[in-house]
Amino acid sequence: MKKSNLLRAGAVLAALSFVGAACGSNSDSASDTTAPASAAPTCDNPVAAIGWQGAETGDAGALGVPMIKGANLAIDEYNAENPDACVVLKKFDTQGDPAKAPAAAQAAIKDATILGIIGPGFSGESNAADPLYEEAGLATVTGSATNAELQNNGWKVFHRLLANDAKQGPAIANYLKTVAKKAGVIDDASDYGKGLADAVKTTLGSAVVATDTIDPKAADFSAAVTKMKSAGVDYIFYGGYYAEAAKLATQLKDAGVTAVLVGGDGVKDQAGFADAAGPAAEGALISCPCQDGSADFIAKWQAKYNEFPGTYGAEYYDAANVILAAIKGGAKDRAAVLAAVKAYDADGASKHIKFGANGDVTEGGIYLYQVKSGKITFVQEIK
Amino acid sequence: MSLTDIFRARTRPLTSVSSRFSALPKQVRWSLMGLFVVALYFAPRWPDVPVLGWIINTPGTNFSSVLTDQIMIFVLMALGLNVVVGLAGLLDLGYVGFYAIGAYTTAIITSQHANLPWLLAIPIAVLVSMSAGVILGTPTLRLRGDYLAIVTLGFGEIIRITANNSEWLGAAAGIKKIKHPPTIGPLKFGVLDEHPYWYLGFTAILFVIFLLRRLESSRVGRAWSAVREDEDAAELMGVDTFKFKLWAFAIGAGIGGLAGVLYAGKVGFINPDNFQLQLSILFLAAVVLGGTGNMYGAIVGGFLVAWMPERFRNFQDKRFFVFGVALVLVMVFRPQGIIPRRSAAAGIAKKGDSHV
Amino acid sequence: MRDWLIYKTFWDLTVSGLVLGLIYSLVALGYTMVYGVLRLINFAHSEIFMVGTFGSLITITQVLGVPLFNDSNGYPYKSGLALVLTLVACLIGAVLVSGAGAVVLERTAYRPLRGAGDIYGAVVLAFISAFVASMIFSTNLSLNLTFALVATAPISYGYMRIFKKGRQAPRLAFLISAIGSSMAIAEAVATWGPDNRLVYKLPRVLEKKTLFKLFGTDVRIDYAIVAIGAILMMTSLLLFVNKTRLGRGIRAVAQDVETSRILGVNVNSVILITFLLGGCMAGGAAMMFTLMYDQTRFNIGFLLGVKSFTAAVLGGIGNIRGALLGGIVLGLAENYGSSIFGGQWKDVIAFVVLLVVLMFRPTGILGESLGKARV
Repeated sequence: MKKSNLLRAGAVLAALSFVGAACGSNSDSASDTTAPASAAPTCDNPVAAIGWQGAETGDAGALGVPMIKGANLAIDEYNAENPDACVVLKKFDTQGDPAKAPAAAQAAIKDATILGIIGPGFSGESNAADPLYEEAGLATVTGSATNAELQNNGWKVFHRLLANDAKQGPAIANYLKTVAKKAGVIDDASDYGKGLADAVKTTLGSAVVATDTIDPKAADFSAAVTKMKSAGVDYIFYGGYYAEAAKLATQLKDAGVTAVLVGGDGVKDQAGFADAAGPAAEGALISCPCQDGSADFIAKWQAKYNEFPGTYGAEYYDAANVILAAIKGGAKDRAAVLAAVKAYDADGASKHIKFGANGDVTEGGIYLYQVKSGKITFVQEIK
Repeated sequence: MSLTDIFRARTRPLTSVSSRFSALPKQVRWSLMGLFVVALYFAPRWPDVPVLGWIINTPGTNFSSVLTDQIMIFVLMALGLNVVVGLAGLLDLGYVGFYAIGAYTTAIITSQHANLPWLLAIPIAVLVSMSAGVILGTPTLRLRGDYLAIVTLGFGEIIRITANNSEWLGAAAGIKKIKHPPTIGPLKFGVLDEHPYWYLGFTAILFVIFLLRRLESSRVGRAWSAVREDEDAAELMGVDTFKFKLWAFAIGAGIGGLAGVLYAGKVGFINPDNFQLQLSILFLAAVVLGGTGNMYGAIVGGFLVAWMPERFRNFQDKRFFVFGVALVLVMVFRPQGIIPRRSAAAGIAKKGDSHV
Repeated sequence: MRDWLIYKTFWDLTVSGLVLGLIYSLVALGYTMVYGVLRLINFAHSEIFMVGTFGSLITITQVLGVPLFNDSNGYPYKSGLALVLTLVACLIGAVLVSGAGAVVLERTAYRPLRGAGDIYGAVVLAFISAFVASMIFSTNLSLNLTFALVATAPISYGYMRIFKKGRQAPRLAFLISAIGSSMAIAEAVATWGPDNRLVYKLPRVLEKKTLFKLFGTDVRIDYAIVAIGAILMMTSLLLFVNKTRLGRGIRAVAQDVETSRILGVNVNSVILITFLLGGCMAGGAAMMFTLMYDQTRFNIGFLLGVKSFTAAVLGGIGNIRGALLGGIVLGLAENYGSSIFGGQWKDVIAFVVLLVVLMFRPTGILGESLGKARV
């Protein structure tokens, strides 16, 4: 009797492999959920490919969607202009998980058609994957990983399209110094959120009277809300992402806290923050190294996706365009693309793009936005 | 003979495949197994083999890195957890904690706070993990069944949260520039070539298998099965159940720590996100899917749980849905796991409510 | 500064901790009842709660057609009878979806493992398999579903009857089946929901006014509704289990499955009812959750489920009163703890409290009671 197990085990394994193998046979026909409904120019004989690395599934999957949309927008435009030398986007989903990043990076490196990478999406996976890209000499342009240490690793392939956290934190804190008497600081214990919150705390100094940390996966922030309420703060800085910021804004308002909520670039999302929190978000301040994108870009996005551009949409549109410009300029291999990216100097949808020696974009101002009548509106540049 | 019996009887003649294997002369058996091991050493090249490659290759990601970063880790973790869950019958839902301790110990002594060589991290990290197992086990192993499960789950979370909030442990940003293993002969442990890591990791797996086989057939192994089948009876027969449970915990923890060392040495960067609670659950799924209490089942389970979501990449964002459905289906059609424990197949499982 | 804060905010923390604890308790009931009867950690219960929040969402936005915001970008508040009717409708929607979810889950993912697989489970399994198959081969879904119902269902039914009938699977198999279903349910919502992985907003129909002050703390109307609702639901559950014939069946099976089977209790239907009751409680919790937080998402179940399960163990798993007590203790401990040590240590505090309690009371604060002491 016991030996039948091996055979049955074989049968189960065979069945699973069959499932796996069968789905492998139709890789092209698998539906692409992010593809727009309107007819995009197809690319049957691509001359090159751009790799995107980031989170498409899992808890962070929502953040990846605007990135892919931005990249697809740029590539479809390019393909419409250059139908004979079209380019495709290849997605490498890591769920934002550093453990899955090296495998994705390896796959991209081994795919000889890929001449440049846009991403990695998060700082953690950048730390795990960028050493591989560096070794392979494959240029990366990230539009979202803002950790303040990434540019100091000496990676030649590293390029970033927005200012890092070390620049943003002090800028927003300096602004708060001029308006806030008592400030509270909350973070989400993530690398990004805590880094930003710590920078704000250091710069604001004794004006910070209450601090707390929330668990972004939890639904209830009442402990933090209570703390802010009893400390009687007039401004609350939140270091974290828009989904929690919306929850926090609503719960603060419900508890009768009238302090102004202030957030970083992770909060700047029209649908995810301003629309989601509705009246509770009114008056909230948001700092961001990003700009909405030119009116032209917004119009193109709205025509294609029928919505306002999501967070990092403009950055990934630009990132794709940086690599596309290199390909259009005649770069045929990775070294040539890397050189072309380093020399890139042009206006993008989000800002003027030119990379410094460490890979950070030189034109990286910090801009202040405010939610006015439900819309995130530009106010001023801050230093 | 009822219809049911006829159906059941029909599956019996098919059972002879593996009994024929065990009937082969010893030399033939050993050389066949040797061939199999050699073939496994070449696993990173399997995607190039015609039919096998078509089945096993992971579209959209690199198979050999999946092999070293995930499959290797899952197999080791499943082997270690199998000692705790399968052999000693202790339900542990926080096993990722020991993996974290192994990886963090490596990171601390080779990068964050000291500059020791990676090789030295192996004994230190394994010892630290084993001590952590003893420290966690001493107060908690007196709890039974599912109480132990939730306490260990808490332990795993405490480790992760502590790492996330402690600057000394690199906080949320994690620790980078962890040392790679040193060059051994022709094996250069660099960034791009992952084959040496597989040779190293697979050797570690073979070593763990060897160790566990010895343990299973020793007094310790018998004590474990006594504890698992009926703890009270074992206690009455004079087995120091607490001591043997603690041993199982420590050995499982040590193997988890070893996996952590290998991972840290391969990727060179860790952060608390590497050690989420969900991983503990997936490790448990690996053990049960493969066949609780059977080492080879644990290996198959570890492989499947790590490999399936990568193999299903063509489903894009639906791949974890498919993975979840696959788990349910395997359990419905093969509740003892893919390669069940022999004694379980012989009858214990039919009693149903044995506690694992 | 911190000591000063906990002193000053004590009652605020108490009120919000109690309310949070009651939601934990309601979800914990599902874990505790299934555990009491089947000795099974129903890991997928968190997703039953999650689909309940979507039941509430669908009811209020699709069935009742309440917009997210009114014309002047304010909340679409209702009052009086309209408000009560809306809330009751949401409750019914959530309870229906959660209850149905729990029943389907039991029939599909658990019953076949108990060696009692039936045609309903077979049909659902075949349905899901066909769905996956249609994804694999990119073929016509309705064709596949027809094929599934005609061919696959009898095959899997036959398989269960012939090979698996009366064969109880090991306990861990249930756990993995639960984990698999939990993953599949959450990912199905994340994949096929109109907004995928994003947050879903619910219109706020209840104006969150302060009802009265308790030791200087605002007690809001939504807090009061959650408290009263949770206590009502739990009381009626206790009455049901203790006073009715079906409740007696549940208690009998919880004490000894074999003996109750011999005495003529239909064990399978008792188990189904247990799941249904647990699902309904989770549905109630889901409606209250959406009332308080106005939103839901595919992954809200996991953490809440872990916490609720902790609460159930804390109070004594298998014990209905224990679930109530455990939930409240956990909710309060989390709130006080994060105020003293900082919110990042919240979960650590929760687990340390659990560990300390289990050290002194190895079967939880109130002990196990739905069944006898066991394992």
